Amino acid sequence: MLDTSAIHQLVRRNRQRDAVFAIIGLACMMIGILTLAVLLAGLIDDGARRLNWSFFENFPSRRAARAGILSAIVGSSLVMLITALTAIPLGVGAGIYLEEYARRNWFTALVEINVTNLAGVPSIIYGLLALGLFVYALDFGQSILSAGLTLALMILPVIIVSTREAIRAIPAAIREAGYALGASRWQLVRDHILPYSAGGILTGIIIGLARAIGETAPIITIGALTFIAFLPDAPFTAEFPFISFEWIKSPFTVMPIQMFNWLSRPQAAFQENAAAAGLVLVVMTLVMNGLAIWLRIRFRKRIKW
Amino acid sequence: MVDTQSRQPAVRIAAGDAPAELKPSVLKAEVRNLDFWYGSVQALRQINMRIEQARVTALIGPSGCGKSTFLRCFNRMHDLQDNSVYAGEILFQPDNVNILDRSVDPIEVRMRIGMVFQKPNPFPKSIFENVAYGLRVRGQNNRFELADRIEMALREASLWNEVKDRLQDMAFNLSGGQQQRLCIARALATEPELLLFDEPTSALDPNATANIEDLIHRLKDKVSILIVTHNMQQAARVSDYTAFMYLGELVEFGATRALFTNPAMKQTEDYITGRYG
Repeated sequence: MLDTSAIHQLVRRNRQRDAVFAIIGLACMMIGILTLAVLLAGLIDDGARRLNWSFFENFPSRRAARAGILSAIVGSSLVMLITALTAIPLGVGAGIYLEEYARRNWFTALVEINVTNLAGVPSIIYGLLALGLFVYALDFGQSILSAGLTLALMILPVIIVSTREAIRAIPAAIREAGYALGASRWQLVRDHILPYSAGGILTGIIIGLARAIGETAPIITIGALTFIAFLPDAPFTAEFPFISFEWIKSPFTVMPIQMFNWLSRPQAAFQENAAAAGLVLVVMTLVMNGLAIWLRIRFRKRIKW
Repeated sequence: MVDTQSRQPAVRIAAGDAPAELKPSVLKAEVRNLDFWYGSVQALRQINMRIEQARVTALIGPSGCGKSTFLRCFNRMHDLQDNSVYAGEILFQPDNVNILDRSVDPIEVRMRIGMVFQKPNPFPKSIFENVAYGLRVRGQNNRFELADRIEMALREASLWNEVKDRLQDMAFNLSGGQQQRLCIARALATEPELLLFDEPTSALDPNATANIEDLIHRLKDKVSILIVTHNMQQAARVSDYTAFMYLGELVEFGATRALFTNPAMKQTEDYITGRYG
């Protein structure tokens, strides 16, 4: 005779445990989300009033009401430009080399371990390294160039790792198909590996840049100024050769440093400025991360294995 | 002890099949004392065999016997792994070049020997670009020339009528059988001298399998074919010669009909009568 009541009891107990875990999971999720929401709401509450057009087009000032983030936004953008221009080719190139060209031996294993470890090195260490290397040894000074290179160095491991992961996601069968047709390594990389991994690589790049844009410690270490009332030279000029690189040597400030500077002042009005600048910074990172997600979805839709 | 009952051939060969061994044929490749190692593991031992031009040669044997490993020696696919070691020769005709020689660039070998894989592996590109890729690799970028060669290759692979109105569609929108014929067209477009098939129908339904077998039958006038299959009936249906491999060695090689009706070796007989494998 089948004991149906025992089965009934067992299922009921399992269901109860199921429900308990569902509640715990929900609670974990809500704690994370609510904390973020409260933080964001606090920023909006403190800073939203200061967000008007003049806040974006004013230089910092001793009077909180007239202070703005123009030099910080321009500084952040130019530093990001240098970071992107150096970190993207170096990181993607290194990732492709390690994945497609390098033979597997003790040397590549060592490089691999080091790259992964570098991704976890505290950012202030990069600042110290950059102070010695870029600012003094190479004599780039406390410039946009030094800051851009420092952040590039910092996000290089992120880009290398995400490039390699994106390339690894391409099935071996696709590689074999290309090689079987007589393609060289470079032809395979150019025609297949890069196009098919572009989504993952771009995602890694943007996540790296989003991390770099909010980074404060290494930039302070190399000596960014906190009060800048002028803009770097324009990259375009009226005379031949129309492009100028003077701006890369210019002193600068960036968004998180401007924020840090305002936060350290006692006046409530400056605290409001800091919150407003924080809001702008959060929106900038959100936009970048959103772009990364959008790119990932777009590329995934186009490519099926 | 040989059991006389099991001498019955497992596969009946169609009466209309002309015995290939009677027709004169031309040597396309000769394998001499081939050994192959994955690192320190020897996967192939002292293989000797001949591949004839305009014939289909089938490699059969239980899984893990080295038949795919052997096939992949022909287009130096093992070179993609760092620890692969070849010894011996595969002399490719008409120029009598040893395609395993270190001085021979594997890319040059792959320019002459095409391959179709176990699972259809089209590129995530359009149908047109898939077939065009081999030609593009060879520097052919003229649109009209490409269009001509692609139509020819798709016709040869009996896919043209199904795709001629949607050459710009993604290859992934085709069915599995169509994808495999696309991969065959992709290989044919480069006009290879020898075409390698690595269990080309194992991922396909019976209908698509029949299509591919028909295709192989028709292609052999144009190109020499070497096909790995785990399906003995398929070997009997499509091939002129069959090689039976076991544990990395070539046990028996001969005209397909003779090998299936009158195997010389006990191991071959056991395998084709389904006693193991």
